[in-house]
Amino acid sequence: MPREFTPKVVTANALIEGDVVYLTTDDTWTRRLSEAEVMTEEDHAGLRLLQAEGQPELVVGAYLADVALSENGPEPTHFREDFRRTGPSNYNHGKKAELNNV
Amino acid sequence: MYNYNEFDTAFVAERNRQFRAQVERRISGALTEDEFKPLRLMNGLYLQLHAYMLRVAIPYGTLDSAKMHKLADIADKWDKGYGHFTTRQNIQYNWPKLSDVPDMLDALAEVEMHAIQTSGNTIRNVTADHFAGAAADEIADPRPVAELIRQWSTDHPEFQFLPRKFKIAVTGSPNDRAVIKAHDIGIQIVEQDGEIGYRIIVGGGLGRTPMIGKVLRDFLPEEDLLPYLEATVSVWNLLGRRDNKYKARIKITVHEHGIDEIRERVERIFKMIRPSFSGIDQQLFAEIKAAFAAPEFRDAPVAEFETAYKHDPIFRSWADTNLAEHRAEGYAIVQISLKAHGATPGDASSEQMRVMADLAQKYGHDQLRISHEQNVILPHVHKSDLPVIHAVLKKHGLATANIGLISDIIACPGMDYCALATARSIPIAQEIATRFDELKLEHEIGDLKIKISGCINACGHHHVGHIGILGLDRAGVENYQITLGGDATENARVGDRTGPGFSADDILPAIERIVYAYLDLRADADETFAQTYARVGLDPFKVALYEQDKAYAAE
Repeated sequence: MPREFTPKVVTANALIEGDVVYLTTDDTWTRRLSEAEVMTEEDHAGLRLLQAEGQPELVVGAYLADVALSENGPEPTHFREDFRRTGPSNYNHGKKAELNNV
Repeated sequence: MYNYNEFDTAFVAERNRQFRAQVERRISGALTEDEFKPLRLMNGLYLQLHAYMLRVAIPYGTLDSAKMHKLADIADKWDKGYGHFTTRQNIQYNWPKLSDVPDMLDALAEVEMHAIQTSGNTIRNVTADHFAGAAADEIADPRPVAELIRQWSTDHPEFQFLPRKFKIAVTGSPNDRAVIKAHDIGIQIVEQDGEIGYRIIVGGGLGRTPMIGKVLRDFLPEEDLLPYLEATVSVWNLLGRRDNKYKARIKITVHEHGIDEIRERVERIFKMIRPSFSGIDQQLFAEIKAAFAAPEFRDAPVAEFETAYKHDPIFRSWADTNLAEHRAEGYAIVQISLKAHGATPGDASSEQMRVMADLAQKYGHDQLRISHEQNVILPHVHKSDLPVIHAVLKKHGLATANIGLISDIIACPGMDYCALATARSIPIAQEIATRFDELKLEHEIGDLKIKISGCINACGHHHVGHIGILGLDRAGVENYQITLGGDATENARVGDRTGPGFSADDILPAIERIVYAYLDLRADADETFAQTYARVGLDPFKVALYEQDKAYAAE
């Protein structure tokens, strides 16, 4: 029996800055996981990934990352994705610094 | 110190020009990422978890104040005001923008630095004993050898597409501070009947399959070095497993074929190619050696040092812990700890870099070294200057007296930065250092090296730590395996795994249990952790680690 498809987002690194980005429903890239498009159907997720991979002038290394749905929107299910969302733990650098100042 | 000749300068400038054009083509869309990736890796540029990372070579860990100042300027202008010194004596910038990297490389070239061959399947930055040229136990300075190898291996046409990366380290002392037995090739300068030559070690390495290097040639005459190295790398280049990345390193080739067969093959190729080395390399070697001539040491009284040592307990503690014996009378080797308790191992702010550069210029014959243990060295300091140096270091958070102690931890960047990591390293190092500082125990514990890697690739050298910690991903949770009894010196040894790993919350208490067990087990206060472990073995530590834990749980 095929494994049940779990919710996903398309994530990648921005070409110039290298920081973590997520694909949104309106085909833009956001720095916030909470604004990412959550895909619950496998075919649709595959299509969105292909579309992301077709934007090499904007992003590098697009892939599908598992998320869990919560009141605050998508949440990472693995600690690696959690670190990608927040930035390094030793300094107030990366997303936690930049997004808090927005 | 070696200075670039016209050829070096032109070579680096040309590579930078090419890379600038490659970056432009990538940004314009003319190059895909698949096309661009090998080009950026050839120039030390990685894409990590949160950003790009530029790895800059510091050949054999040697810098002068101009270079260190430039590293600080680059950190301020294009990064976040700091740099991370690594176990390959390199510096890594964690936050460069792709479009800024060509300017960063041009800035490096202004002080004769680059990022070439800090990545990819090539011969990487050649490392050396960080006490080179200063150590009391040294037979000869290893840096001219390392520089000769750097020149020979840079853009070597036969060795640009090796089966895997290739790492060489050189020591000029019998006491190995360069971990040569954990390198693809380790070179030890030796003296036989008044003649200088090399002991060549091959097939060491850490990572997934840790191996201690084996002696390939016990005594190699000086003038045979490059043809012999070329023969060795070429034997592996042909035999090395290109079918399986995990079996591609020379340690596996040596293991699979046996050291005797490898030696036979190397000697055969060596005989064949030896005549093609006409002696130009030896002329060059002589010039390089002259460039590394020792500074003129001064003969002066050390009264200031003795007074401070007698009256200032903080200075005394620092002097006892952070100084090493210099070969010249009245001199010391100063080790500046980049391991302030709770700080990130190996990180220096741009301000700290400038402070160290200025100290080197003023008091240290303009020399600095980066150690594979992620600290900075002032190799030549007259003892009378030590009190003022200590006072300046203290003002800038650089006077932590912990070299060789439990808080002087090697830690790779781990999952806080590295795309390959399976768990974090830095917070574990921070917790251990902070805890043992609170306990005020580390001087009593004495010589104890903890080394932490955030994945199986072992950039944090965990296999050869007295206590090694390996961070893994176990079913989506960080899990830390412990090894004990590793040794990174001339008595190199891979540590023994204790058993099941510990969670991020449980690893610090586990380390505490090991340390308390050692304090109980040691014969007296002079018996180091390594000696105690060699005497009693793994079992009592296993009891402390696992059975005491169960006993507490049952209470």
